[in-house]
Amino acid sequence: MRHLLRRIGFYLVALWASVTLNFLIPHLSPGSPVQALMARMRGRITPQAEHALEIALGVNHDPLWSQYLQYLDNLLHGNLGTSVSYLPMPVSAVIAQEMPWTLTLVGVSLVISFVVGTLLGVIIAWRRGAKLDTVLPPLFTFLSAIPYFWLALILLYILGYRLNWFPLNGGYDTDTVVPSWSLDFFWSAVQHAILPALTIVISSIAGWLLGMRNTMLTTLSEDYVLLAEAKGLSEGRIMFWYAARNAILPNITGFALSLGFVVSGSLLTEIVFSYPGLGYALLQAIDNLDYALLQGIFLIVSVAVLAANFLADLLYTVLDPRVRMGRS
Amino acid sequence: MSTIPSPEVEALAPEAALSTLPAKVHRWRDVLHIFTQNRKVSLGLYILLFFILVAIFGPLIVRGNPNAFSKDVLLPPSPAHWLGTSQTGQDLFIQVVDGARVSISLGLLIGLVSTLLSVLIGLAGGYFMGWIDEVLSLFTNVFLVLPTVPLAIVLAAFLAYKGPLTIAFVVIVTGWSWSARILRAQTLSLRNRDFVEAARACGETTWRIIFYEILPNEIAIIAAQFLGTVIYAILAETGLEFLGLVDLNTVSWGTMLYWAQNNDALMLGAWWWFLAPGLCIAVLGAGLAFINFGIDEMADPRLNSSSLRKAAKLNKKSTKK
Repeated sequence: MRHLLRRIGFYLVALWASVTLNFLIPHLSPGSPVQALMARMRGRITPQAEHALEIALGVNHDPLWSQYLQYLDNLLHGNLGTSVSYLPMPVSAVIAQEMPWTLTLVGVSLVISFVVGTLLGVIIAWRRGAKLDTVLPPLFTFLSAIPYFWLALILLYILGYRLNWFPLNGGYDTDTVVPSWSLDFFWSAVQHAILPALTIVISSIAGWLLGMRNTMLTTLSEDYVLLAEAKGLSEGRIMFWYAARNAILPNITGFALSLGFVVSGSLLTEIVFSYPGLGYALLQAIDNLDYALLQGIFLIVSVAVLAANFLADLLYTVLDPRVRMGRS
Repeated sequence: MSTIPSPEVEALAPEAALSTLPAKVHRWRDVLHIFTQNRKVSLGLYILLFFILVAIFGPLIVRGNPNAFSKDVLLPPSPAHWLGTSQTGQDLFIQVVDGARVSISLGLLIGLVSTLLSVLIGLAGGYFMGWIDEVLSLFTNVFLVLPTVPLAIVLAAFLAYKGPLTIAFVVIVTGWSWSARILRAQTLSLRNRDFVEAARACGETTWRIIFYEILPNEIAIIAAQFLGTVIYAILAETGLEFLGLVDLNTVSWGTMLYWAQNNDALMLGAWWWFLAPGLCIAVLGAGLAFINFGIDEMADPRLNSSSLRKAAKLNKKSTKK
């Protein structure tokens, strides 16, 4: 229990740190969103309009600490400011609108990548030294070193542009369907999601596979596996219930941690595919100097990562008796 | 299928292999031996060496202004333009060679500085313990759970000066924490070993103990962390450049991809525009990853697939008999 309280305390500190960074970075850097907007309008703006813009965007000239308190107060009320690129939508509404796309795409790809990668890892570790074991790890090492937005470009070029198997951009066909709970929309969304999902799976599968293989090789040399073999248990049973079960812990923790990166992990992939979602919103924010949206996205991502870390901590305590015993 | 260690497996353990050679006399041969005994390490080193040579000497051999426009617009690779040309007629081969300099030197610089930072923080935290460790650990752990790529993007977006140093700063700030945590744990386990106790009893100064007694024992981990950081640095750097968060007149692999993407190279069918820079990053990254992979295998021979293959063959023979 004391351990848990310590962890909760730590996550509160981390949350405070990311919120504060989020506040400080824009405030300590030169220029303000209003000046940026003015530069875009080439300065053709009356002082009254400038003042109105400042109010609308929440810029004021109070001392830093009082702005900081206002910022915290706004956060607690769920007020993240107004987005410039999606004017006049509030940032929270933009994020709420884009979030489901990201969550579905990256969430589904994460699960596929985790399951396939871990299974492959178990199998090649079991057949250690066989052909598969010498070919797959280097191949996947190579795949994991590819910048994933570049992989996205290549896949898009070959499978989308050349072979015409998949649509080139967007989250659904805007000409024929509208977002709704209909089968047509669903089908269109699936077609558009396959390529981005494939990119994410290919570039992330290596971590699961190599991690599982390496821990599995350690457990395979344990005495209890030898004993299980001596008892004449079936191969599948030893492989999954004796070796893999004890080797999967780091991968499960990794999975919990990755849940946090579901929100942020594929920002660039979304950009290449012009796929709706937080990544695309982020690009809009950068292009339009939309600082409020940029901060809002960073905040959401930090909260997601912190929550996932906390979940990983909890999972570890539940799954690994050694951690529980050692600390109580 | 049991894993009774075969003689080959034993022989591959680095300590065992090195102890058969007389010390000091063969030190350089030892180093060479480490580099050549593992195929993955040597492959990775060749790749790394190749790219470093290209970065140093390439621009001296392949002369020409990478940003110069010409009338040869959007040509596929040909003898005149080995990697084709861009929409404004820039020669992409010159750009790739020139870009290697920026991308690689930036990657190595970032890796070096952030490894240095993590060594200082990790070793200090692990050695001193007490409140110093509490503070440094908290600091490390907070940076560890901050989402790195989005933080890098936010930082790069807000910083007014957009040059290579901005990128370096951003990636260093977001990239040091993981290694620091690992080094702290390692130092924690080393600090009470006998040789450290002995050094302390001899009255060696604290800094001497940390940097001459403990640090040399962590060189392998530090090297692995350095390589990992360089991979992260190159990927992060390219990502930021691809987003256009840099000075776009600097030619690097990332800015090449930015221009390709923003000129719709894909829709124009100009595959050569984005093929080369991305492939360079992938091959270089894989080379670094191979070295790391090999270091892992040497440290834990159980992971080595080629020695496993020999062991599997031996096992088969013995079971057939």
